Amino acid sequence: MVTRVLAVSILAGLLAGLVVAALQHVTTTPLILQAETYENAMSEGPGAPLAFAQGQARIILAHNHEAGAGHDEAEWKPEDGPQRLLFTSAATIGTAIGFAALLLAGMLAAGDTIDQRRALIWGACGFLACGLAPGMGLAPELPGAAAAALQERQLWWLGTAVATALGLFLFLRYQAPWLKLLAVVVILLPHLVGAPHAPTPESKVPAELAAHFTSLSLGIQAALWLVTAFAVGTLWPWLGRRAEAR
Amino acid sequence: MNTASVSTARPSVSERVKAVAAALVVGVALVYTTGFAASTNVHNAAHDTRHGLAFPCH
Repeated sequence: MVTRVLAVSILAGLLAGLVVAALQHVTTTPLILQAETYENAMSEGPGAPLAFAQGQARIILAHNHEAGAGHDEAEWKPEDGPQRLLFTSAATIGTAIGFAALLLAGMLAAGDTIDQRRALIWGACGFLACGLAPGMGLAPELPGAAAAALQERQLWWLGTAVATALGLFLFLRYQAPWLKLLAVVVILLPHLVGAPHAPTPESKVPAELAAHFTSLSLGIQAALWLVTAFAVGTLWPWLGRRAEAR
Repeated sequence: MNTASVSTARPSVSERVKAVAAALVVGVALVYTTGFAASTNVHNAAHDTRHGLAFPCH
């Protein structure tokens, strides 16, 4: 069964990752490249490390690594062009394999039959937990936007994803009214606590571009969850039938 | 809820626990690496994916 889990995760992730990597190449990545031109213009300008000059230690200007203490100027990054595309695609495929494995972990732990329809429901919930709910507090942003310290945002993001997943599971699996109420409270809790935000906006990227990117990247994450889930729901029974036929 | 399902021999509980644990470890490790790892090189390699999938970045 472990082999089947790994095989389905890798195959489903590979398929979904390739599809979504192609989508990213024509949707989000061009906007990121466009935003980087604004960002570079901004950091080359006279008042570049604004956030630091104002003594706001906890505010970081996204991407402005040169202004951070102890950063190596010559740090490695993929070269623009095919190399960058390759690394982005590999990272997307890796994420898809991870999503597929998490989906299987949830469905197997819950004792669900794994088919296309049920896997898609789990995938949709995966998107609500990892995409929409965290995105309501921390809007997906382009390079160059001001943001609170990364670790605080990552922690809030993770907490929100776990709370939303747990809340959805409670709400959908149990009939008792008090459990449904508890589920709603658990889902709302991270938003009542509130996501960490930078007090002053810094980005020179036009708002239209940023807004377009925000909705696009949420859509792309939804696509990744749904395509991955569909592939899991197709491949899991298929591998089972093959094993039976032997 | 009466979708046809594949009826392989029902796996034992310990088998299922092992499968869930394996899936959880693989899933968390991969999503952590691509979406959250602090290493500069990993961040730079996965940069466009992190932004493009709405993960917190930088």
